[in-house]
Amino acid sequence: MQELDTAGLGSIRVTRKNDHTVVIEKDLATEQMVLAMGPQHPSTHGVLKLECLTDGEVITEAEPFLGYLHRCFEKCCENVDYPAIVPYTDRLDYLSGMNSEFAYALAVEKLLDIEIPRRVEFIRVIVAELNRIASHLVAIGTYGIDLGAFTPFLFCFRDREIILGLLEWASGARMLYNYIWIGGLAYDVPSDFLKRVGEFVTYFRPKAVELCNLLTKNEIFVKRTIGIGIMPADVAINYGWSGPMLRGSGVKWDLRRNDPYSVYPELDFNVPVPDGKLSVVGDCLSRHLVRALEMEESLKIIEQCIAKMPSAEGFNPRSAIPKRIRPKAGEVYVRAENPRGELGFYIQSDGKSTKPLRCKARSSCFVNLSAMKDLSKGQLIPDLVAIIGSIDIVLGEVDR
Amino acid sequence: MEEGKVFSQSVQQSAAAYAIIHEKFGTAVSAFDANETMPFFEVLDTGLWPEIALFMRDHAKLKFNYMACMTGMDYQAEEKLGIVCNLESLSLFNHKLAVKVKCARDGGSIPTVAYVWHTANWHEREAYDMFGMLFAGHPDFRRILCPDDWEGFPLRKDYKVQESYHGIKVPY
Repeated sequence: MQELDTAGLGSIRVTRKNDHTVVIEKDLATEQMVLAMGPQHPSTHGVLKLECLTDGEVITEAEPFLGYLHRCFEKCCENVDYPAIVPYTDRLDYLSGMNSEFAYALAVEKLLDIEIPRRVEFIRVIVAELNRIASHLVAIGTYGIDLGAFTPFLFCFRDREIILGLLEWASGARMLYNYIWIGGLAYDVPSDFLKRVGEFVTYFRPKAVELCNLLTKNEIFVKRTIGIGIMPADVAINYGWSGPMLRGSGVKWDLRRNDPYSVYPELDFNVPVPDGKLSVVGDCLSRHLVRALEMEESLKIIEQCIAKMPSAEGFNPRSAIPKRIRPKAGEVYVRAENPRGELGFYIQSDGKSTKPLRCKARSSCFVNLSAMKDLSKGQLIPDLVAIIGSIDIVLGEVDR
Repeated sequence: MEEGKVFSQSVQQSAAAYAIIHEKFGTAVSAFDANETMPFFEVLDTGLWPEIALFMRDHAKLKFNYMACMTGMDYQAEEKLGIVCNLESLSLFNHKLAVKVKCARDGGSIPTVAYVWHTANWHEREAYDMFGMLFAGHPDFRRILCPDDWEGFPLRKDYKVQESYHGIKVPY
């Protein structure tokens, strides 16, 4: 028995023969091998390197190496004016530029303490939720590809294209918008925009259900994800997880509901949390499910915004934008619910300059990824791909 | 907190949480800075920071179980480096509180809290990478975003970028 205590992890196998006997095999550990995954590996969704220490097919340790896309966003911020930072925030999480701009605008507005016109608020929420759907479509589509299902990807990109078209119509750009400005918007939405968005909601609602069924009722997909990479709720909180990752672990926490901003308190929507019927709470499938179900909630939000929005008569999207943005001395930490979790901006102003003294972006992907080492311990190599995919990282935001 | 001034509910909640910490640690923490945008206090005795962190996380009435953000700072005028931690109690209480910890600018060190909140692990590595303060007792202390052999700490206010990196011209 003492010998068993000292045996290393993975070096013994205990099999039950019958009620009275078990077979113990020892000294099974093979020579450990270092396997580098990335930086140019399709399943790492960008330039991330994982150095895996493997024992046969089992990963004993996976260490992430990042920084390949680092351009020191925070140093750039210290050298430009407040409004000029908006385009930089687009390039953080380039799949959901609207949401990043939204979070940054909220932070500076809190420091400036200004009132925003109601129509601006509703337009912001509509474009942010559209962008959330587009971002989740990429997440779901590429997750399917990671696990060998190519078809959902094409479905996702077909519908994402419509959203990108709509956002391009409003802002002039497909991914890096520079649309939500501090205190307002670059432009009002085009005259028929809301009608087209309404049509998209009607079109996409059944498609979202179809897409959800396509993967969650696919036995191969379920077998690859169920029970893999389980993260208990308390550990997830301690790791600072947020967004669909945290909700996948069963914590009902959504900043739009729990720390509301903009017009979200007026809107009625659910916060989907896995109940353990379709998945094991906290596993890869739960995280996927949260994203799949969230799209419907975004559609609900958009519909309500269209109905509640004040008319465009006499509306100037730039009316509340201060001529010179120079916040009073102070510091602020404001966050918003991004498709990938909590994106926060810590901004310090000295009260004299038109440039921030310090601007830090708290990236959700960076924090979510930091649990990788614990999540991957003892998993099989193919399951590692399922785990990275479920974290849904955008390296632009991890490396900043 | 100054008398006779009306503060919003969230600042009052932060003040109540601070009162519990102040009662326990007394002069090791600074007075409470009640501002509407980000109420905070500073840890004056840097060595006590892990103990204060653990107290904040585990006290039955505080339960700051979630570290939202940790920001490295360069206080050039004070000749100090520091961190700002935004803490909150996720889904238990509503209070939020920011904590500042400072250390000397040259070779200064702050004890790690990576064992209290896992979030701090990578954030402390990032703060070191950008500012160069040390985190004593950190489980895996090295740079995270810049290459290991990068010279200097980019976010310091007096940072001068190196001329070349492995034969590649750096300033553009």
